[in-house]
Amino acid sequence: MTASGEIYGVVLALLFAVAAGLVGSFALMKRMLLASDVISHVALPGLGLAFLFGFNPILGGGATLLLGTLLIWQLQRKTGLATEAMIGVIFAGSVAIGAVLTPKQDLVEALFGKFESLSLPAFLIGVAAVVLVIAVISRFKDELILGLFSPELAAAGGVKLDRLNLYFLMMFSLSVLVGLRFLGALLAGALIIIPATTGRRLASDLSHFLIASCSVSLLAVASGFAVTHFLLPKYSPGPVIVIISAALFMLSLLKKPARA
Amino acid sequence: MAPILSVRELTVRFGERTIIQNLSFSVERGENVAIIGPNGAGKTVLLRALLHLLPYEGVIEWAQEAKLGYVPQKIAADRQLPLDVNDLLAAKARLLKLPKQNVRPVAERVGVSPELLDSSVGVLSGGEFQKALIAFALLGNPNVLLFDEPMASLDELTEEHVYDLLRDLQHEQHLTVLLVSHDLSVVYQFATNVLCLSKGKPCFGPPTEILTPQNLEAIYSAPVKFHQHHHE
Repeated sequence: MTASGEIYGVVLALLFAVAAGLVGSFALMKRMLLASDVISHVALPGLGLAFLFGFNPILGGGATLLLGTLLIWQLQRKTGLATEAMIGVIFAGSVAIGAVLTPKQDLVEALFGKFESLSLPAFLIGVAAVVLVIAVISRFKDELILGLFSPELAAAGGVKLDRLNLYFLMMFSLSVLVGLRFLGALLAGALIIIPATTGRRLASDLSHFLIASCSVSLLAVASGFAVTHFLLPKYSPGPVIVIISAALFMLSLLKKPARA
Repeated sequence: MAPILSVRELTVRFGERTIIQNLSFSVERGENVAIIGPNGAGKTVLLRALLHLLPYEGVIEWAQEAKLGYVPQKIAADRQLPLDVNDLLAAKARLLKLPKQNVRPVAERVGVSPELLDSSVGVLSGGEFQKALIAFALLGNPNVLLFDEPMASLDELTEEHVYDLLRDLQHEQHLTVLLVSHDLSVVYQFATNVLCLSKGKPCFGPPTEILTPQNLEAIYSAPVKFHQHHHE
C-alpha cells in the first residue's frame, strides 16, 4: 500500500460524496428511494462472484448493477402495484443470492466495504465516472425538474421521460459503483439517501437543497475518514461514514422543518 | 390553407374500455373550440391524445407551425418538492433556450407577482397554482393553447382576467384555443365552435346549433338548466 494510493482513495471518496449528494437529491425528489436501495444491493451477487472466482470486485458489482438498473427501469415503465412488489422481490433475492455466492470470509467486506488504496489508472477511471455523473445530472437538470413537477407537462413539452429515467438510473448506478468498494453493497446507497434527506430538512428551494445535500455528504465522508484514521484505526471507514451521516440527519431534526 | 388541427377517425382505448370512438373534426387558425360533455366522456383524454401523451388509433394532424401550450386540469404536484414557481418557469425557459428575462413579463401578464414567483409550489392556493400553470403554458409564445377546465380553481375576478387575457392574446397573436369547460355560459360567449363528447354520437358545430336544450339533454342525459341569450 502506498501513501499516494491512499490519498487517491480518499480523494475519490470525497468526489463520490459530491456526486452522491447530487444524485441523492434528485432520487429523493423522485421518491425512488426504495428503487435506489435495491440498485445498490443488486451489486452484491456480482461482488460475491468476484470474490468466489478471484476477479476484480468492481467488475462483478458493475455487471450486476447494470443488469439490475435495466431491470428496474423496465419495471418503472410499467405501472401498477406490481412494480413495488417486484422491487421487493429483487431486493431480497439479490441479497440472498449474494449471501450464498460470497465466500464467508469475504461477506463482511462485500456488505460493509473496505478502504483500499488505488492505483493511478483506477483513480482516474473513478474520477472520470464521478465527473460524468455530475455532468449528466447538470445537463438534464431542467428536464428532471419538469418531470418531477409534472410528468404530463414535461412530456407535453417534449421531454422524453423514459430515456431521462434511464439516464438518471444509469448515473445513480455509476455513483453507487464508485462508492461500492469502500462502503460495501449494504451501505453504498446510504450515502446517496441520508445526506439528501438531511439537505431537504435544511433547505426549501432547489439550489440551497442541492448545495446542502452535497455539503452534508462531503462532511460525512471527510469526517468519517478523519475519525477512522486518527481515532479508530481498527475500523473500516464505510460504516463510520454512514453513522456520521445518520448523526448529522438526527442533528438536522433540531431545525424546524423547511416550509412544506 | 389546411386547418391547424385535423383529427380523423380518432379512437382511444384504455384496455377493454373505449373512451373515444371514431372522432373526426378540424380546427381552423384563430378558432376557439370548446369541448363539453359529462364526466367520463373523454374530454381530458382527448386533450392528452392531441398532445400525443396517450396511445391512440386514427390520425391527429397538427399544422407544421403549430406550437402547443397546455394547461392541465390539475396536477398532483408533490407538495414536498423544494421548487418555487420561478424554478419551474426558469427550467422551461432554459429548455426552450429563451433568455431569462422572458420569464417575468409572461408571469406579470397572467398576474403572477414577484412574490408568487418566489413561493414554493407546495404553498400555493388553487388559484395561484392555476395562474402559475397558465404562465408556464404561455412561456415560449405558443400559437395553440389547450386548456383543461382552466377556471376550475379561479375566483370570478381572476376568471374574468384570464378570459380577457385569452381574448387579447387571440387578437394579438391569432391564437387558437381548445378549451374544456363545464361552464356553458362561458362556452356560449367564448367559443366559435363546440365539440361535444358523450356516450352518443359526438357533435361539432357553432354554439347556436349545438347548445340547444334538446342537444344538451342528449349530451348530459339529463335536462340542463341553460337559456340561450342572443347578444347584438
